[in-house]
Amino acid sequence: MHIRLKVWRQENTDSAGKLESYELKEVNEDMSFLEMLDVLNEQLMRQGIRPVEFDHDCREGICGQCGVMINGRPHGPLKNTTTCQLHMRSFHDGEEIYIEPFRATAFPVKCDLKVDRSSFDRIIQSGGFVSVNTGQAPEANTTRITSPLAEAAFDAAACIGCGACVAVCKNSSAALFTSAKITHMALLPQGKEQSQDRVLHMVNQMDEEGFGHCTNTEACEVECPQEISVLHIARMNWEFNKAHLLRK
Amino acid sequence: MLDAKIPPGPLEEKWNHYKSHAKLVNPANRKKLDIIVVGTGLAGSSAAASLGEMGYKVKSFCFQDSARRAHSVAAQGGVNACKNYKNDGDSVYRMFYDTIKGGDFRAREANVYRMAECSANLIDQAVAQGVPFGREYGGYLNNRSFGGVQVSRTFYARGQTGQQLLLGAYQALMRQVHQGHVQLYTRHEMLELVVIDGKARGVIIRNMDTGAIERHSAHAVVLATGGFGKIYFLSTLAMGCNGSAIWRAHKKGALMANPSWTQIHPTSLPQSGEYQSKLTLMSESLRNDGRIWVPKKQGDQRPANQIPEEERDYYLERRYPAFGNLSPRDIASRAAKERIDAGYGIGPLKNAVYLDFSRAIREQGEDKIKEKYGNLFRMYQKITNVNAYTEPMLISPAAHFSMGGLWVDYELMTTIPGLYALGEANFADHGANRLGANSLLQASIDGYFIAPYTMANFLADEIKTGPIGIKHPAFDAAESQVKEQLQLLMAIKGKEPADYFHRQLGHILYDKCGLSRSAAGLQAALGEIKELRTDFYKNLHVPGGLGLNGELEKAGRVADYLELGELMCYDALTRNESCGAHFREEYQTPDGEALRNDKDFSFISAWGWTGNDQPPKLHMEPLHFEFVAPTVRSYK
Repeated sequence: MHIRLKVWRQENTDSAGKLESYELKEVNEDMSFLEMLDVLNEQLMRQGIRPVEFDHDCREGICGQCGVMINGRPHGPLKNTTTCQLHMRSFHDGEEIYIEPFRATAFPVKCDLKVDRSSFDRIIQSGGFVSVNTGQAPEANTTRITSPLAEAAFDAAACIGCGACVAVCKNSSAALFTSAKITHMALLPQGKEQSQDRVLHMVNQMDEEGFGHCTNTEACEVECPQEISVLHIARMNWEFNKAHLLRK
Repeated sequence: MLDAKIPPGPLEEKWNHYKSHAKLVNPANRKKLDIIVVGTGLAGSSAAASLGEMGYKVKSFCFQDSARRAHSVAAQGGVNACKNYKNDGDSVYRMFYDTIKGGDFRAREANVYRMAECSANLIDQAVAQGVPFGREYGGYLNNRSFGGVQVSRTFYARGQTGQQLLLGAYQALMRQVHQGHVQLYTRHEMLELVVIDGKARGVIIRNMDTGAIERHSAHAVVLATGGFGKIYFLSTLAMGCNGSAIWRAHKKGALMANPSWTQIHPTSLPQSGEYQSKLTLMSESLRNDGRIWVPKKQGDQRPANQIPEEERDYYLERRYPAFGNLSPRDIASRAAKERIDAGYGIGPLKNAVYLDFSRAIREQGEDKIKEKYGNLFRMYQKITNVNAYTEPMLISPAAHFSMGGLWVDYELMTTIPGLYALGEANFADHGANRLGANSLLQASIDGYFIAPYTMANFLADEIKTGPIGIKHPAFDAAESQVKEQLQLLMAIKGKEPADYFHRQLGHILYDKCGLSRSAAGLQAALGEIKELRTDFYKNLHVPGGLGLNGELEKAGRVADYLELGELMCYDALTRNESCGAHFREEYQTPDGEALRNDKDFSFISAWGWTGNDQPPKLHMEPLHFEFVAPTVRSYK
C-alpha cells in the first residue's frame, strides 16, 4: 500500500517544531506501525535527512515506552492497543497519516516524537509503593487474598505508564495513571496501611508536575491500551477526601 | 584455573555457611561506600533498592526513559519457587535437580542449589510489595506448570508476571530514590568501565538526551544489563537490549563464559517479512493447554481445521511421551526445527508449527482458557489478525535468552575485583539451557538476596579507601576512548545504516551459531563476521550529530555485537559436544538427541579478550558434581 505521512519534527525542547510531509510507496499491511517508521527512517537516511526520533523498546505492548498521536488519537485508531501493536492493515491505501508526539505541559518534547515522561516516575516516588524492605516479608500465604480481589488489584496494576491517558485528556490530567496505582495499593491488605499518606502525596505530586485536573470526560479509558477503568479515578477521589478528612 | 570460591560443606549448608562467615559493613559505614548499578530490570532494580535500604550510596542507571521499562517487564509466564503449595512433592532439592538437569549438567551445583533455596523467599517479598499473583478462590496463591518439570511450582500474574514483579522492584527503587539513598539516571548508557589498580571503580556514561559524556565513580560496580539475544537481530528481546556494558567490561578484563549458549524459544510468532524488527514471544505457559503439531503429510495445503486428527503429528507427544508438550525449550525448539527442515513447516514461509487449543477449549470451555491466557490470545490476534480460539496459533523458534554472560564466582563477582554481574548478564545458574520461569527468579534472587550479602564481603575492606573521585588518569583514558569511538563511528560516513549490518550478523548467527552448529559452519561464520566487521567500519552511515541520536546508539551496539558474535562462534567451535541449547551436528545420538561428553567437556568456557582481531584466550572452570551424578538428560 501507499501512504502519505505528516510527521512532527522538532530539533529539541526549546526549538519550534513543524509537520513535514513524507511519502512511502510500498508499505506491507502486516507491518507494525513502528516498523513502518523504521522503513521511513531508512528511506530518510538514504536521502540525507535526519531520521525521525521516536520512543519504543519492547514492541510487544508491555514496556509502555512507545506512543505517538496518530491522526489525533494516542496510539492510533485501534481500541486498547499500543502503537507498537498497531499494524498497517488498520489504514487504507493512499491514506494520509498525521503523527505527532504526546503533548502535555508535564511531558515536554525532547526531539521529534520523543517526550519526557519522568513526571510519572516522580509521582510513583512520592508514594506509589508499599514500604517493605528486602527481608521483612512474612510467609506469602499468611494473608489470604480472594481471587476476585487479586484480579481487581491486577486490573489497576496492569497500567504500563505510557501516558496515552494524559495525551488524550483536554486537561492533560494524569488522574487515570495516578489513580490506577492508588487503587492497586488500596485494594490489597499489604498496601492499605499507607493508603492515607499515599493518596495525599501522589495527588499533590501530580499537581506539582503541572498535570491538569480531571473533569470526567472519560476519554482516558477509551484510549488506554490496558483498559484501565475511570472508576479508579472515583476511588482516588474518595480515598483523597477520606484521607483529607481524617488527616491528623 | 578459575576458582569459583564455593563454600565448603554439604550442599544445603553452603549458603548458610557463606552468610555466617562473610564480612559485614556496619550500618554507620555504609553511607561512606558508593555503589553503581547499571540496569534497572529485575536484577538491577532489586539490587539498587536493597542496597539503598541497607544504607549504601547507590547510583542507578538505565538507557530506557523510565526504570520501569527494562525488558524484565516483558516476561509473561511466571516465576518458579519451591513452596510446595500444591503438595505435589516439590522441595528445594527437587527444584535444584530439575534446574541442573534442565541445564544439561553444565551449571555449578552450589549456585543452582542456592537459587532454589532462596526461591520461596522471593514470593514472600513480592507479595509483600503488592504483586498481584494469581490466587485460588480460597485466597491462597495458585501455581501452574512449566516446561521440564513434573510439579506445579510456577507463580504467575496473568500473562504479565514480569511486568508485575518488575513494578514491585521498580516501586521499591522509587521509594529509595525518594528517600535519597539512590540517585537515578534514566536515558544514560554505560559505554566504558573504569578500572583503577585492578579494581572496578567507575563507569563512563553517555547521557542519551544531550550526548554529554559523564564520569561516575564508586567502590563497586554492578552490571545488571540483561542478555544479548538481540545479537541475532530478530529475537524476542526489546529493541534496545544490548551486550555493550558487559562487552566493554570484557574488554577491560572480565572473562566471558559460555557466550554461545543462547536459548532459542520454541513458541514465538514466526517471521513474516524482511522489514520485521522483532519476533513476539507467546508464553511457554500456553504449552500447559496447547498441543503442538504439524501435518503428517509434507506440504499439506489444507487449513488446520480441515486436517483430521489422524493426519496430525503431535511430534512432542510422540517423541517425548513423559513430558510431551511441556518438554524443555531446547528440546521443543530443536524438534520444531527438525520438522520444519524436513518439509513439514506450515504458514506462508513454511517456517512454523501449530499450537492448538481446540482440545483444551472443548474440555475446559472457552471462558477458562480466556481467563488463563486472554491477553496472549488478544496479542496474537492484534499481530496476526487470527482468532486463536477458532484456529490454531502459528509458532516458530526465536532467539530469546543468553545462558552465557560474564563469568562470575559464587559471590557473583567477575574476574575484575569489585565488578559484579547479576541476572541474565552473568552466566551462572542455567547451565546450557534455562528452564522456563527461572529467569525472573534468578534476576530477583541475585538482586534481592545474594548481592547485598556478597558485596558486603568485598566492601568491608573498602571502608578506609575514602571517596574514589573522578580525577584519576584511568577516568581520563576511559573517557577519551569513549569519545574517540563515537567520533570514529560518526566519521565513517558510508552508505548503510547500522541495522543493515545487524541484520546480516543475525542471518549468519541464526544459520551457523543458532539451533544447530557444525565445525564447518562455525569456521565459515568466523570468516563472514570478520568480513562484515571490515565492511561496517568502511560503509557505516550514522546521520545527525553527537547529541540525541538513536542511530549513533545503535551503531555503538552493533560494533560490539560484531566482536561478540565472533566470540560466540569460537565458543561453539571449541566445544566438541552437544549440551542443552548447544547442539553440534557432529555430536548426536542415532535418534537425533544431544550427545554430551562429560569426560572432556565438563567445564565452563571462560574467554579472555586479547586485543582487536586476536583470537580469544580460553580459561576453564571444571565442573565438579559432588551431589548429583550427571545422567543422560531424557524427557522420554
